[in-house]
Amino acid sequence: MAKVLMKGNEALAEAAIRAGCRAFYGYPITPQNEVPSYMAQNLPERGGVYLQAESEVSAINMVYGAAGCGVRVMTSSSSPGLSLKMEGISYIAAAELPCVIVNVMRCGPGLGGIHPGQGDYFQAVKGGGHGDYRLIVLAPASVQEMADLTFEAFDLADKWRNPVMILADGLLGQMMEPVKFSQKEPLAVEKPWATTGARGRRPNTVNTLDIVPESLERRNYALADKYSRIAQSETRWQEYKTEDADLLLAAYGTSARVARSAVDMARAEGLKVGLIRPISLWPFPSEPFERHHGKEFLVVEMSMGQLVEDVRLAVNGQGTVHFHNRLGGMVPTPREVLVKIKDILLGGEGQ
Amino acid sequence: MTEIIIAGFGGQGVLVMGQLLANAGMLEGKEVSWYPSYGPEQRGGTCNCSVVISAGEIGSPIVSEPDAVIVMNRPSLDRFEPAVKPGGILVYNTTLVDRAPERSDITAIGIPATAVADELGNSRIANMVALGAFLKASPVVSPESISRSLERVLSQRHHHLIPLNMQALERGRAYQ
Repeated sequence: MAKVLMKGNEALAEAAIRAGCRAFYGYPITPQNEVPSYMAQNLPERGGVYLQAESEVSAINMVYGAAGCGVRVMTSSSSPGLSLKMEGISYIAAAELPCVIVNVMRCGPGLGGIHPGQGDYFQAVKGGGHGDYRLIVLAPASVQEMADLTFEAFDLADKWRNPVMILADGLLGQMMEPVKFSQKEPLAVEKPWATTGARGRRPNTVNTLDIVPESLERRNYALADKYSRIAQSETRWQEYKTEDADLLLAAYGTSARVARSAVDMARAEGLKVGLIRPISLWPFPSEPFERHHGKEFLVVEMSMGQLVEDVRLAVNGQGTVHFHNRLGGMVPTPREVLVKIKDILLGGEGQ
Repeated sequence: MTEIIIAGFGGQGVLVMGQLLANAGMLEGKEVSWYPSYGPEQRGGTCNCSVVISAGEIGSPIVSEPDAVIVMNRPSLDRFEPAVKPGGILVYNTTLVDRAPERSDITAIGIPATAVADELGNSRIANMVALGAFLKASPVVSPESISRSLERVLSQRHHHLIPLNMQALERGRAYQ
C-alpha cells in the first residue's frame, strides 16, 4: 500500500480499526476531535459500533463493559477529559480487561488551553486513578507511530489483559505526515474470561470489589507480578547518536522530534550529543540511561519537570540531569535546545 | 529542506494550499509535514499552516524561520513578513493587501490573486493563483504533482473543479 498524507488523529483511528477495534466510545474535546470524527464516519460501515457518550465518565464505563465482553474497544480524549476517566481506568486495570485509551494531550492545568502539552505524564505513568495499578503507556513521535503504536496497543492490551494508553499531544494529532499502514494481522488471543453469555459453561464475572483483606492483598501481588513481567518484556526506546555522546538528551513525543533536530545541529558544530527517546513511558526504559551513567543528561519536555523525575531515578545520581522545557502550549524550538546544549558543554561560551 | 508558511483569512483555502504542497512533495518521494494553526478560529478569522518539504527526516513541523511565506491578506503580511529568512520569498495577494512589503533582503512577489480568480469566474481559487506564483519562484514541487494531489486532497464531489484549479495555478505561474 502506498503512503498517504493524514493527520495523526486520523492515522491513529484508521490503525485502530485495522487492529480490530470494533467499539469506540468518546466525548468531543480539542485537539483530538478527528479521532471520534473518523470513527463515526468509518467504524459502523466496517462492522463496529460508534457511540458518542453523554460524558467522558460514561464513555470510559462503556469501554469497561465492552472490554468485559471481549471486544477490542477504544476511547479517546484530551487532558481534562482524561481526568474524568480516571476512576473507570482504575476499575478496568483492576478487572484486568484489555482496552486502548488515547490521550492527545493539551496544555493544562485546569481547562488550560488547546495547544500541545505533555503535562499528563505523571497522570499516565504514575497512576491518575486510585490504587496500585499500571497502564502500559506508549508515546508516538510521528504520524507513522500514531498508527503503528495504536495497532500494537491493541495486541499488548489483549496479551497482558491490561489497559494500554497512547500518550500523544495536540501537535502529533493535528499535523499531517505520510503514513503507510501495515498489512499485519492483529494478534488472535483467546478470551475465555469474557462475559459472552454463559451458555454451556460456568458464568464469568467482572468484579473489582474484594472486601477480604487477605484476598485483596493476594490480588494486588498478582497484579504487581504481572506488571514486573510486562516491564521485563515490553520496554521500548530508541537511541539516536548516543554511542560516543558526552551529553544525552531525553525526550518523548513532540519534544523528541525537536531534540533530535537539536542533536543534528549540535553534531554539525562538533559537539558529541545524542538522544534517548522513551517509546514506552511505562515501563520506563532505564537501561539506556544506566549504560550512560557518568555522563551529562538533558531532559526536554513540555511540562514542568515530570519526565525529569524518571530520568533522575534511572540516572540514580550517576550524572547531572539538566532540564529545558516550554509550557502553556509553547513548543520548544531546536535552536533554544541548542543554546542549552552549548550552555552545558561549553559553559555558555558557545552562545 | 524548504520551510513554508501560508496564511490568510479562514475560507481562502490556505490549509488546502499547504496540503497540496505536502502531498505533492510526498508523491515526489520527499519527507513532508503539514501543521495547521488550530484553535478558536472561524471563517473570516486568520489562519495559517506550516509546510516542510525535506530530503531527510523532519524534526519540528512548526516553522519559525520560513524560506517562503505566502500571504493572502493584510494581517498575514503584517504578521509574517518579519519572519521570512533573509534571501527568502514572500508571495502576497495584492488584491487584499493594501501596502507593499518593507523588507529589501527578500524576494517579494505581488500578484492580484483574488482579481485573477474573479476573472476565471470563481474567487475561491485565488489560493491556486498564489500557489502558482510561488511555484514559479520556487519550484519545490512540479505542477503535475499538484494536479495529482488535487485528486487526493479535494473530496470526490469537487473533482470536477480540478481543471479550473489547474487553470488558476497556470495563470499564477504565468503572471509577470
